[in-house]
Amino acid sequence: MPKKSMRTAINEAMRLEMRRDPTVILLGEDVAGGRGGTAELEDAVGGVLGVTKGLYREFGPERVIDTPITESAIMGAAAGAAVTGLRPIAELMFVDFMGVCFDQIFNQAAKFRYMFGGKAKTPLVVRAMSGAGLRAGAQHSQSLHSIFTHIPGLKVVVPSDPYDAKGLLIQAIRDDDPVIFLEHKAMYDLEGEVPDGAYTIPFGEANILREGDDVTIVALARMVHVSMEAAKKLQENGIKATVIDPRTTSPLDEQTILESVENTGRLVVVDEANPRCSFATDIAALVADKAFNHLRAPIQLVTAPHTPVPFAPNLEDAYIPNTTQVIAAVLKVMQHDRNRAA
Amino acid sequence: MQLDRDLLCEAYRRMATIRAFEERVGADSLAGLIPGFVHLYVGGEASAVGVCMNLKDGDWIGSNHRGHGHCIAKGCDVRGMMLEIYGKEGGLCGGKGGSMHIADLDKGMLGANGIVGGSPPLAVGAALSAKCLRNNGVAVAFLGDGASNQGTTAEALNMAVVLKVPVVFVIENNGYGEFTAASYHSAGVDLATRAAGFGLPSTKVDGKDFFAVYDAAQDAIEKARKYLQPSVLEVSVNRWHGHFTGDPQPYRSADELAAVRRQDPLLIFRKKVTEAGLLSKEQLDDIDKNASTFIDRNAKEAIAASVPDAQALLTDVYVSY
Repeated sequence: MPKKSMRTAINEAMRLEMRRDPTVILLGEDVAGGRGGTAELEDAVGGVLGVTKGLYREFGPERVIDTPITESAIMGAAAGAAVTGLRPIAELMFVDFMGVCFDQIFNQAAKFRYMFGGKAKTPLVVRAMSGAGLRAGAQHSQSLHSIFTHIPGLKVVVPSDPYDAKGLLIQAIRDDDPVIFLEHKAMYDLEGEVPDGAYTIPFGEANILREGDDVTIVALARMVHVSMEAAKKLQENGIKATVIDPRTTSPLDEQTILESVENTGRLVVVDEANPRCSFATDIAALVADKAFNHLRAPIQLVTAPHTPVPFAPNLEDAYIPNTTQVIAAVLKVMQHDRNRAA
Repeated sequence: MQLDRDLLCEAYRRMATIRAFEERVGADSLAGLIPGFVHLYVGGEASAVGVCMNLKDGDWIGSNHRGHGHCIAKGCDVRGMMLEIYGKEGGLCGGKGGSMHIADLDKGMLGANGIVGGSPPLAVGAALSAKCLRNNGVAVAFLGDGASNQGTTAEALNMAVVLKVPVVFVIENNGYGEFTAASYHSAGVDLATRAAGFGLPSTKVDGKDFFAVYDAAQDAIEKARKYLQPSVLEVSVNRWHGHFTGDPQPYRSADELAAVRRQDPLLIFRKKVTEAGLLSKEQLDDIDKNASTFIDRNAKEAIAASVPDAQALLTDVYVSY
């Protein structure tokens, strides 16, 4: 299977679906890029990090639509277009910009179907870059999947590798509900095996990356890789971890998580987002509610602190959960048993 | 006055239906028969009907809090609207939307909207659909003077020009955003003039006069349909009632409240068509009577109808989940 970057996988998903379905359009700030400037471009820029490169050349200005930097109008136009016959992919660029346009996403697009008594279909995909690590500061680095997950009517996809990103994005484009698709900006160059053709990965099906009987680690996006590294090191010390990537936080594959905790009796949730009312607390609550009798130790959460994302590299590095923290959390849940036994 | 008699009758029927609907809903709201709030459109009838008489089923409108008139003018099922507003089974949205969220996508009605300034971007999107699907459709966003100050409106005006989509922004200026007068809340009360800053053509029209609205809307909608030319239409209307039913409007003088009722869009219409010999007083009286009977019957049915099944709470959140 050919190796491709996350960037290429996401680009391919859009390209294949735009070829397949003429009602799929892409709109956002600089999704073509460079229009109206003084230089003649051979090809449009293709987004600030090059994810949409080449789409303008293939599909032209009617389907790859550059917009002004007005996020409410982008999201509103995409929602309005979705409910009237198109399947728009609206790019928000940095997910932090949801603050400018959340109304059109959560009061309009997310609620059409329910408010209109099941008569509306809103096949909208909102793509946005998420996550810290690029020294981009507090307004370009957040992980906001928990906020979208809170809203009924939205589906939320948080892929962790190129294969998943392509299959989940194709699924998102074909899906008839509004989908928030969050791309970790520090993973665009991450490579993995990705088939050339189109394929889908269903929402609400977690991926079990490795299986071990001692502890269950649930992680998303970049934290999947941090957790896998921790699991490898723990294995060297004889601790066997299961690592689960839910891939979508809405819908959530509760069953896979619960079944694993029923087996291991221990849970560590690793999430780059802030800790309060978050994905991490949600998983903890789920397990405390439905697998309490199987737990052999208190649940451990490894998350960013309750602070904005700092700029200075040493501070940002300290903000992002790391392998050492995950290992410490696992050792703590392992230790709990021994303390109790002693 | 280019409309034939059938179309004139239809226009008056829609205006009379809106009037009867709103007066009934207002009374039933005050009587405690309707849950929540209703925002009445009385005084604006000629605006909604003057615009929507130029639209087809496949054209789209987005609306606002004060949306009942837009719905009726666009051809939404009135019985379904009544059931919806009274919170009953069989409502246009199954009782899950209510007054501020009535929608009828089959009739091109994208929903009233509970968010001030919510619909202008949505209308741009509907217009983008029409352009991309090449179905010759147009979209109209109805918004008020209050919404004209929202950032979404400025963004939508700019986006409409940049994307060159067939959309008409109809600003119904009733002089009040909730309880606050436009003279206070709007910097420069000439809202149509703002459009010029975006390079958008705009027209101001007297919203009490159906014919003035009809002609101006026809021109704007035709330019949108034929040339993908977006534009702004500012329609001055009167809000006869409070922001919502039960608002005693202490902020409006008795003189003003009396004056607005002397400018009744229905009476102005009647005067024009009878003086021109186009429709008779008897024809118009008949339409009034029929509208009143029709609304009375539907309101009684809505009051008597069953509430939505409790199961409905959990359905229709997603197409599939």
